[in-house]
Amino acid sequence: MSEDVVLETRDLEKRFGGVRAIAGVSFKLRRGELRCLIGPNGAGKSTFFKMLTAQLRPTAGQILFEGADITKLHAHQIGRLGIGIKNQVPDVYDGLTVHENLWLAASAEAKPTAARAKVDEVMARLELGPLAERLVGELAHGQRQWVEFGMVTAREPKIILLDEPTAGMSVEETNRTAQLILEANKSATIVVVEHDMQFIRQIARYVTVFHQGAILAEDTMANIQANQTVKDVYLGKSGSA
Amino acid sequence: MALRVLGLTAPSKKPQPWWWGVVALLALFVFTIPLYLDVAELYSISNFLVLAILALSMSFLWGYGGMLSFGQTAFFGLGGYTYAVLALNTGETTSALLIAVLLPMIFAAILGYFMIYGRISDIYFSVITLVVTLILEKGIRATSGDQYVIGSVRLNGQNGIPTTPSLQLPWDAKAQLDIADVFYVAAGLLFVTYIGLRLLLLTRFGRILVSIKENERRSELLGYDTRRYKWLAFVIAGGIAGLAGAMWGIWGNFVGPNMFNLNQAAQVVIWVIVGGKSTLIGPIGGTVAVQYLTDWLGTQGVGQVSLILGIILMVMVLLFQQGLLPSAGIIAAFAKDRLGLTRRGRAS
Ligand SMILES: Nc1ncnc2c1ncn2[C@@H]1O[C@H](COP(=O)(O)OP(=O)(O)O)[C@@H](O)[C@H]1O
Ligand SMILES: [Mg+2]
Repeated sequence: MSEDVVLETRDLEKRFGGVRAIAGVSFKLRRGELRCLIGPNGAGKSTFFKMLTAQLRPTAGQILFEGADITKLHAHQIGRLGIGIKNQVPDVYDGLTVHENLWLAASAEAKPTAARAKVDEVMARLELGPLAERLVGELAHGQRQWVEFGMVTAREPKIILLDEPTAGMSVEETNRTAQLILEANKSATIVVVEHDMQFIRQIARYVTVFHQGAILAEDTMANIQANQTVKDVYLGKSGSA
Repeated sequence: MALRVLGLTAPSKKPQPWWWGVVALLALFVFTIPLYLDVAELYSISNFLVLAILALSMSFLWGYGGMLSFGQTAFFGLGGYTYAVLALNTGETTSALLIAVLLPMIFAAILGYFMIYGRISDIYFSVITLVVTLILEKGIRATSGDQYVIGSVRLNGQNGIPTTPSLQLPWDAKAQLDIADVFYVAAGLLFVTYIGLRLLLLTRFGRILVSIKENERRSELLGYDTRRYKWLAFVIAGGIAGLAGAMWGIWGNFVGPNMFNLNQAAQVVIWVIVGGKSTLIGPIGGTVAVQYLTDWLGTQGVGQVSLILGIILMVMVLLFQQGLLPSAGIIAAFAKDRLGLTRRGRAS
């Protein structure tokens, strides 16, 4: 496999008081990948994402994007470099319309005309057209998740981090989200945190398992499912459900 | 939501055509006031209009930038003193007025840089702005000695500068504006400020500013340096407050340390809360209503004006949390819903 590493962490660590939420994670992501990040609640997945996007400062360790150290950058600089994130808790502009939400995302990078075209394109792709003038806060949960997904992609990032993008979605909505992610993967490297094994089987080729702030295993989905240690800490519980 | 019923569009939306009509009608109404009111009434209304400019400065910053500056009076007072000192020193008022806008902006730029780029929390932002205005008040009060002179102008400490000149025509220093003229200037500046802010909110800058108020983290993650936008908004608001301060000096031929004081600072917050910070026009109405009431209570010899104003504020906050205008919208929406006039009447 080619070693075009787009994102890398070296011995990344985060302590909250005495708790080591992330305890030395060395992680490599190759360009074009669609990686799934799994692990039980509290394993540190969200904390890891937040450090990658400068929402949290690492206690120790390094983050490299395309070979350059980005550990000390601000969140907006990370955004400009082309790392987009959907946080676990929906992070949208509830008081603004769907159109305005997408416009704000598209305008961060593109010139006015290009931004308008981008908004139209994203709305068509996500079938949000009829909701364009609705306030995002009034929408159903699944729709808000898509608006946020749309915002992240409208920015045309090189890397997309999705923290539980299908939480609270119906089976149908989840399937559709899987399609959208596969679609987005054509132009961006993606990491998805998920609990839904069905969903992961649908999209993942390569899976990283987090456990107690460290990488427990990293392999293809098939091998991960056969891995006894992983089964013990994680799959055994939710995989059978 | 509620505002839509009144036809007030979201800040980022272009105003509907009739909005311009309403503004034009309002302007027509205000500009014809001098035809049927006497000079004393004009004089007190001019005061309301000038203070409404100050209210706009806070309303813009708080309602659209999400920053509650408790000390917009710092820039208000600074603008007033700048105008008085410069106009008295140079005998020329147009440039004095201009600099009375610029200097508060520079001060806001420096103060804002430390607060906003230092990423202090919202609470500290409010507290520091308040403390700054109180420090300025103390500082000005301490200038009663003969040694406190700028150029040829004594600052006079407690007593302020009661010789603050009225505005002259830019091309004729002999032509001092009278009370009716000052009324026109105040009304004109209020309209220009209001329309200017309304249009500013339609620009890319304005829309991003509103997004930061909605969810700052999201704006940052999208790649906007939110500090820059907040800082610019703070500087603009400082300039507007400075303009109001200079106009207040022109209106009353007086500037004094009370322009900075706690009472004045709290008044601004009250105007904006009463009018509702989700629109710009609301706080203008809030200012006029509260100031009219203050003046009226003063003439009634109640003696407890502050107490009554305090009670009104509490009632407003408890009953109409959004302020008067948005609350009217909510009531209208409710009535419309009840009468079955809205098809899309579903709650989220
Ligand atoms: N802001 C915080 N302060 C203190 N502890 C935190 C904070 N955020 C996360 N943690 C702790 O860090 C650990 C990892 O949390 P998180 O990253 O949310 O896990 P996951 O997303 O894998 O469920 C948990 O033990 C959690 O309690
Ligand atoms: Mg999580």
